[in-house]
Amino acid sequence: MAILKYYNIGISAIAACVPQKIEYNKDLGYMMSDEEIQKAIQNIGIEERRIAEPDVCASDLCFKAAQQLLTNNEIDPQSIDVLIFVSQTSDYHQPATAAILQHKLGLSKNTLAFDVNLACSGYVYGLSTAYAYAQNEGVNRVLLLVGETMSKIVSRYDKVNTPLFGDAGTATLIEKGEQFGKAVFSLHTDGKGAEVMMIPDGGFRNPVSADSFVEETDANGDKRSRLQFRMDGMAVFNFGMSEEPRDVKNLVEAAGLELGQVDLLIYHQANKFMTDFFSKWLKFDKTKTPYSISKYGNTSSASIPLTIVSELYEAYPERKNVILSGFGAGLSWGSVLLDLKKCKISKVIEY
Amino acid sequence: MEINEFVAHFAEQFDETDAAVFTPELVFRELEEWSSFLALAIMAMIKSEYDVAISADEMRNANTIQELFDTVQKHLS
Repeated sequence: MAILKYYNIGISAIAACVPQKIEYNKDLGYMMSDEEIQKAIQNIGIEERRIAEPDVCASDLCFKAAQQLLTNNEIDPQSIDVLIFVSQTSDYHQPATAAILQHKLGLSKNTLAFDVNLACSGYVYGLSTAYAYAQNEGVNRVLLLVGETMSKIVSRYDKVNTPLFGDAGTATLIEKGEQFGKAVFSLHTDGKGAEVMMIPDGGFRNPVSADSFVEETDANGDKRSRLQFRMDGMAVFNFGMSEEPRDVKNLVEAAGLELGQVDLLIYHQANKFMTDFFSKWLKFDKTKTPYSISKYGNTSSASIPLTIVSELYEAYPERKNVILSGFGAGLSWGSVLLDLKKCKISKVIEY
Repeated sequence: MEINEFVAHFAEQFDETDAAVFTPELVFRELEEWSSFLALAIMAMIKSEYDVAISADEMRNANTIQELFDTVQKHLS
């Protein structure tokens, strides 16, 4: 188990941007019966999701969120030392989107910038990378941009995934400061489950061919091409319930705390049925698990920062011992315990 | 672990199906109420009640409640 501890580094500010366009799960009648729709909404806890326009990328949503963060907190773009972009829907295969964002945001040419290719665990991994840089002498400010446009890679005729996924971009500023105290990370990987969540074609293992575009219908009646996202929901559930609550327990122990001392447990907004089950299993008070899922759906790596921005902006004042927990494609999962008391939260904005 | 108790826990996951329908021999996939969400609810029940995380394939391969019970027992032995 990889446990990382950092002292006097923390999240000083956070912002998020979602597309203006709303897609309602109640409108999925073109492929699901009313009863199926009702059951899906009730189980996954998602009423509506935000969908980016065809010409809007994850990086654009992150750019807006970053601008909002820099403006609201009067941060000089030139003072950013590191830029990390986490996404699986980046602008290009090449170059890294972080470089494009460095230029667009007017950051210095001395900025260290790169992409991290992870899905639902991406925010926790991105934070751990940001903290690792921030502990160095030459680094004062790290800008972590985490965004995803799942709508571009999910089929419109997929009863499992269409109701789940939405789009969002977020910006998080990580800085040094004694006020932040201790942060503890716990990070894990199990590539045996690589196929559980996957887009099979379009990389270099299976390059794009004419067959990649052919829509196939699976046993469930869902239609998707080999360039679109697929997920074995039951395998994800098995993975989640086997690993996630245990990881949270181990993290709390590694931090020298007890679960009862945790103020908030913010899950990756996978689906409400699953994460409510984690809370039940952990016997963790459900009033301390903020959800943004009903209005934004599952936004992959962006879901944890989006939930912080949308739910903690005006509520949940107790936020000293906060756990953020992400899990997903890879398989990859991780949790962090940190203090959000000094984090300045901007209001969610629309693109 | 006892089959009647397992059948009762299984039945508790359903809202619309008459409780009398649930027997060890029941082919639960043929129930009108059966859905992918119920499969997850059954997996969650097994984790809660027996602390066993059955795999997706084990869930897919079981047709009757008895077969599912046997799978859980294999994990426990």
